[in-house]
Parts: sequence; structure tokens; C-alpha cells
Amino acid sequence: MGRRRLKLIFGSAMVKEPVIYQLGKQFALVTNIRRADVTRDQGWVLLEITGEAEELDRGVAYLESRGVKVEPAEGDLVE
Amino acid sequence: MRCRECGAEYELQATHVCEMCFGPLDVVYDQAALKKVVSRDRIEKGPKSMWRYRDLLPVEDSVPVVTLGEGMTPLVKAERLGAELGLRNLYLKNDSMNPTNSFKDRVVSVAISWARAHGFETIACASTGNLANAVAAYAARAGLECFVFIPVDLEPAKVVSIGVFDPNVVAVRGNYDEVNRLCSQLVESTPWAFCNINIRPFYAEGSKTLTFETAEQLGWKLPDEIIIPIASGCQFVRHRQAARELVEYGLVREDRVPKFTGAQALGCAPVYNAFKSDTPERVLPVKPNTIARSIAIGNPSDGMYVNRIALETGGVVEAVTEEEIVAGIRLLARTEGIFTETAGGVTISVLAKLARAGRWNGDEVVVAYVTGHGLKTADVLATANGHSRRVEIEPTLKSFREVVKI
Repeated sequence: MGRRRLKLIFGSAMVKEPVIYQLGKQFALVTNIRRADVTRDQGWVLLEITGEAEELDRGVAYLESRGVKVEPAEGDLVE
Repeated sequence: MRCRECGAEYELQATHVCEMCFGPLDVVYDQAALKKVVSRDRIEKGPKSMWRYRDLLPVEDSVPVVTLGEGMTPLVKAERLGAELGLRNLYLKNDSMNPTNSFKDRVVSVAISWARAHGFETIACASTGNLANAVAAYAARAGLECFVFIPVDLEPAKVVSIGVFDPNVVAVRGNYDEVNRLCSQLVESTPWAFCNINIRPFYAEGSKTLTFETAEQLGWKLPDEIIIPIASGCQFVRHRQAARELVEYGLVREDRVPKFTGAQALGCAPVYNAFKSDTPERVLPVKPNTIARSIAIGNPSDGMYVNRIALETGGVVEAVTEEEIVAGIRLLARTEGIFTETAGGVTISVLAKLARAGRWNGDEVVVAYVTGHGLKTADVLATANGHSRRVEIEPTLKSFREVVKI
């Protein structure tokens, strides 16, 4: 089992879509929201997902296919 | 260590994210104990390097540090640049004079010292170039195994100056974002100390020494305003912390911190974009496209904190075009004899832009942090008419007199 700490960033088109629910339903992943800031037209969610490596990749690909921007929770640390 | 968001506390360890809320972790100190120890006299009697501030760094006294003599770089009074910009008290902290010619030597010296003392045998980093350069050099100095992860298209000059230290260079076929994601996953599955990831809280602390030195070199005074280039925003946050510590420990006369002003390239300006918006703490990622590659971070980890600090201290975040970056490099070279890389070009051109817009009355003490050497990115000048006053002549006096008007 592995885990990823993700920051999901939503635009206005995505705010109403239950993507985190779908993530848990369509993939063998456990989702755990740690922090969020969602308004009517945009928002971000810090989310932990746990599962097998392949399933983690599939889950992230699904989110991106739905138009969610998926970043590591801590942002870009490259320096 | 303490979480910046929720305040959860942790034992000192190689981790950078709060397990509770995923906020960033900062090293905290026993301030009461430090107050009894720290003094100007004790610092001034220390080594002529940034390690004179060791009491304020997270490396225990018993630990042998990994050092190449980093820090105590020149603080230059910029008379000619100041005259051009109407600033009578302009200073440049020239951190390109560090051992690997960038500010990164400070943070890496702390990170590798901590990692070696805590049993790590391999040092790694994900880098836009300057960090990899420093990590490779300091790992060689420490005798540790080293892995640096860089984008495959990194500037050739930077690759050469990394490779000479013989690290394992992993050139990733992807952009910075993708290098970052890969390394975030590797942290979970390797026993390595990634300077800018899992040991980031220690690494970040090294940044403070730049502001400590600035104050000491000004005669233990804090300037009115400091201009700092913004990449992840990590160092910006630590500089405010450094100023607070200088005040807290009575090392400076002032009881206020300077204004902190950030500089970005418009080609990668997520922090500037948010600063100009109604929601400055909501920093939205961008796709970087700028010659200032060492600060081209599209989703900066500390972006929201940069804007918070700029607003709290009365600073601003400003951004400049690609042409202005090159003009900034030239302006600094022409007026002060200092050759800086593109990130320094960003800083200087933001300084110039703000000065020309009338931000200062001319008497304020303003310091600009010049964080890397121009030879690291000399190629940008080659493609932008690097020798603007060059002439070609025959090897005769006649030809010289015909072409060169003296």
C-alpha cells in the first residue's frame, strides 16, 4: 500500500461535481480530506489517498481527466 | 518542529509536512534559553562564515558541520546604482560570492550537516540547477552519496558545474513540475535525505543567515526594506523569521521588521498574480515560461505566506518582463561591476521599477538580495547582444583610430 498527499484545485465548472466521492467509489482508494477552502467559483482540497501504486496512478489520472488540477500537497519544492 | 497551520508539534525528524493538516513544518527553538546565550559579541567572535549564527540554526553544537566557508558575503553600498535610481542608501547583498556562487550554499550547508549527523548516507534534491550545484559540492565535501534530479533540458553551464562533483545526475524527461512530483513520491520509498523535501525544515533555516548578516554588516541595524526574488517563497518566509529573531534577541536596535518585497518574472508570476488580486493568499498555479529558470516555480509551496508577509510588513510583490530581466542584469553590471544570473536580474529590475515609480523618497535603507552569479545563465546575454559596445578592428593604430573614438 502507498499513499499520496495531494492538493486538488477546482475551477468554477468543477465545484459542484462530487469527484472525491467518485474517486473512492470507482477506485480501490481510501480518501481522507485534511483541509479545504472551497467557495462558489473555485477551491482547493488537501487530500490523502491510500491504495496500491497502480490504483493511486489511476485515481490521479481520473481526477485530471475530470479537469481537476492535481498537485503534491506541499506544492512545488524544486529549487 | 511545529506546523505553521495547525500548531501541531513534532520531534526533530526528517519530515516536512504535518501529518494532521498537511501544513508545512518549521523548526522552533527554546527562545528563553537562547536569549541567555545569544549576543552580538558571541556572534562577532564566531567564524567568518554563516556558522557564526550557529546558535540560531538547527544543528547541535556537538555536530561537525559540512562547510565550504559559505556566508559572510559582501554587503556592497551601491552608490552608482543608487544614484541612477534616486536611492542614497541602497545596498546589495552579493550572495553570488558563495562557494558555488549562489545563495543555496547556505541552506545546503545546514541541511547536509543535519542529515549526516542523523545517519543519512545519501543526499538528494530536485533542482532548477543552483540547488543541485550546491548539493553536489557539499555531498562531495561530506563524503556522502548524492543523487540530483534535474529536468533534461537544464542549461548546459549548470549541468557542467553540477557534474564536476561527480554526483548521480538523474535527468528527468519532463518539466520542473514532473521532477517535483517524482521526487515527492521517491521521498516515501527511499532512505534518502532530500534537501528540499523531507529535510526542508532544516534546509530552510539556513536562509535566515542572509538576513542576520545583512543586519550585522549594517552595524546591527535592520534595513527599511528588502527585495527578494520569489521561487517557492521558502527563503522569503525565513527572512521575516530572521528579522523577528534579531529583534527578539535584542541583536538590533529596531523593534520592527523591515518591509519585505518580492520579485518575480512575469513569465512565472503566481505570487504576483495573487498579490494583485482580491484574494492574495489564494495562489493559483501557472505554467512557467521565463528565462529566470532558477525561480520558475509554477505552484510555489510558500506562495500564500509570501503575500501574507508582504502585506503585513508593508512590502509589495512586483514582476518584470523578460526584457526587463536582461536590462536588470546589465544595469547591475554596468553600475556596480556585479554580474548576476537571471534571478538577480529579476530582483534588480523590480528594484528599478519600484524606484522609478516613486516608491521611496530616497533616504530609506533598501537592500536587494543578489542570489546567484551571472555565469550560471550567461547564455541569455549571448542571445540578447551580450557585447553591446564591441567593435572589431585590424591590428593597426590606424584602424583603431578610425573605429574607436577616444
